Amino acid sequence: MRTAIVDRAIDGCALLEEVAGHRNGATVLFLGTVREVNDDARVSGLDYSAYSAMAERELAAIVGEAVERWNTPDVVVEHRIGTLELGEVSVAIAVAHPHRGEAYEASRYIIEELKKRLPIWKREHYVDGRSEWVESASGEHSPFPSPSPDVLSPSPDVLSPSPDVLSPSPDVLSSSPVILSEAKDLR
Amino acid sequence: MTVRVLLFASYADALGTSELALELPAGACVRDVLSSVKAMASGKRIPDKPMVAVNQRYARDDHPVSGTDEVAIIPPVAGG
Repeated sequence: MRTAIVDRAIDGCALLEEVAGHRNGATVLFLGTVREVNDDARVSGLDYSAYSAMAERELAAIVGEAVERWNTPDVVVEHRIGTLELGEVSVAIAVAHPHRGEAYEASRYIIEELKKRLPIWKREHYVDGRSEWVESASGEHSPFPSPSPDVLSPSPDVLSPSPDVLSPSPDVLSSSPVILSEAKDLR
Repeated sequence: MTVRVLLFASYADALGTSELALELPAGACVRDVLSSVKAMASGKRIPDKPMVAVNQRYARDDHPVSGTDEVAIIPPVAGG
């Protein structure tokens, strides 16, 4: 695993290469990008700032929890700080695992915990010239690790379904997070 | 003892500084740090129970603080 708070552009493809390996049959890449409209206000760009030392420590802790819970070392996460323009990547999470179920679950765990716990703040700049600090849309602000692993840690039954049951429709596959490769599971 | 308190984002804007040095009695805890900050003229804008970290780890109200600790008051986070 590797985690980093960076002040440069994030290259999702580089993260994919980093987690690649023949023992994995599924790779999930999540990219968070700067959105044009937030709460009906037109965004022109934003600044991320961080409590850097703690953000690095907390990000490593979150990813360490996922590595342990889903039993894969092949996880790389980068979060960007500084000034970002529309469409630029603010966070990238690459997870590779022998099976797709775990890869999705681990990726989802990391982004949800990161949004609750990572000491990073966002100041949005609007087209009309205003700017303001954005507070998380999620109601929950508990900084302590998610106490209910059952919610995201699936049972073995769920994770080894027959291909018929979970064979995804094209709609599912074209939505985020992007599935870049899933080798063995669908055969 | 003097305790170093870091402020960020909207809280730093509210208090007009990113760092405070608070005089607190020995044996003080996170709750005392918050009371002291909220007693300041511009401290009213800090909520009653903000997130707090001691030495870069989230800490509860009753966590003790000392003069060598780095205490941080953490506004609602917005990463991702």
